[in-house]
Amino acid sequence: MIALLARDLRLAMRAGGGFGLGLAFFLIVVVLVPFGVGPQGALLARIAPGILWLGALLACLLSLDRILALDWEDGSLDLLATSPLPMEGIVSVKALAHWLTTGLPLVLAAPVLGILLNLPAPGFGWLVASLALGTPALSVIGTFGAALTVGLKRGGLLLSLLVLPLYMPTLIFGAEVARRGAEGLAPGTPLALLAGITCGTIALLPFASAAVLRVNLR
Amino acid sequence: MVLSVCDLSVARGGIPVLERVGLTLLPGEALVLRGPNGIGKTTMLRTVAGLQPPLAGRVEAAPESLVYAGHADGIKATLTVEENLRFWAQVFGTNDISLALAAFGLDPLAARPAGALSAGQKRRLGLARLLVTGRAIWLLDEPTVSLDADAVAMFAGVVRAHLAGGGAALIATHIDLRIPEARIFDLAPYRAAPLAADDFDGAFL
Repeated sequence: MIALLARDLRLAMRAGGGFGLGLAFFLIVVVLVPFGVGPQGALLARIAPGILWLGALLACLLSLDRILALDWEDGSLDLLATSPLPMEGIVSVKALAHWLTTGLPLVLAAPVLGILLNLPAPGFGWLVASLALGTPALSVIGTFGAALTVGLKRGGLLLSLLVLPLYMPTLIFGAEVARRGAEGLAPGTPLALLAGITCGTIALLPFASAAVLRVNLR
Repeated sequence: MVLSVCDLSVARGGIPVLERVGLTLLPGEALVLRGPNGIGKTTMLRTVAGLQPPLAGRVEAAPESLVYAGHADGIKATLTVEENLRFWAQVFGTNDISLALAAFGLDPLAARPAGALSAGQKRRLGLARLLVTGRAIWLLDEPTVSLDADAVAMFAGVVRAHLAGGGAALIATHIDLRIPEARIFDLAPYRAAPLAADDFDGAFL
């Protein structure tokens, strides 16, 4: 399992691995928003939490189809399926590797981009907290979507259509935590719900992903 | 007895291809599956490997004793030969990859990115993976594709050493591997009966 994680991280860092793609996309989207909205500090401050969350979500979406498709194409997935690793473990490790290479950099970059959007000072801590808590759910749900579409030619668009509706609860509560934090309100309730969603997806979805993958490998 | 297949029926894409196949494989034995294209050699090997469920019948083998090598080698182009092999060794809980590298003449290529290998060299790397798994029963699907005559002899030597060590192999291939221990198993008698023509009117009733 650790070997699989190390291999996936190493592959992501090597040429063509896609590390940093999501981060660069996030950066560009967030930089584009002030150009589109115009120089209105008060308006930007109000929409900043939502924009940052939406940007992070779309950046996460961008790299989902790489999670399993590459291993499928070169036959590694067949060989992994017949290896001593349990399928549930394989998909969990894949989701973790995706989070470490995509989700974690987004969490770390978000406060810097918050400055660009005039995010109010009390909001920074809650923004980072909500993203740190919410992005693992995005990776786990995304791995489920990738397992559903593995083996389909150009399944990326279908993957987006399947996964985006499933991202809705995470987006709603994540952005709500950041908004309440920025406006100085108590963010406890949405934070608890966000944590619940993340824990629930991490606990349950690997089993669903593994079951779907077994069917898709036939 | 290492591997026993009883009354196995397999399907590809929902269409039955082989029916009631029965075979046993003892330690030190190799079985070469023969049959024309499309008869179901790959499907049979994938079913025995557990990648797809059989239509009927059963496959009995000691747990954690099978290793499957299919058409694709599962090689990552951006990792070096050694990194590729070491990854599979770690997955299967073994450590030593030097024997596998030496057995397939990969020592001079160990530090090269796998993407820079030729088709035959990639195949040798894919086959070297078998040695680092430490598993007893090899399920090989067309293992000699893109290998030259010398590499085929190298492969035959590795298989014979594996058999001598108490291992077993089930190999689907068209060429003569020159492994005297191997028995031929012809799949043609087990071809599934073609499905009855669609009952067009019946579909509406």
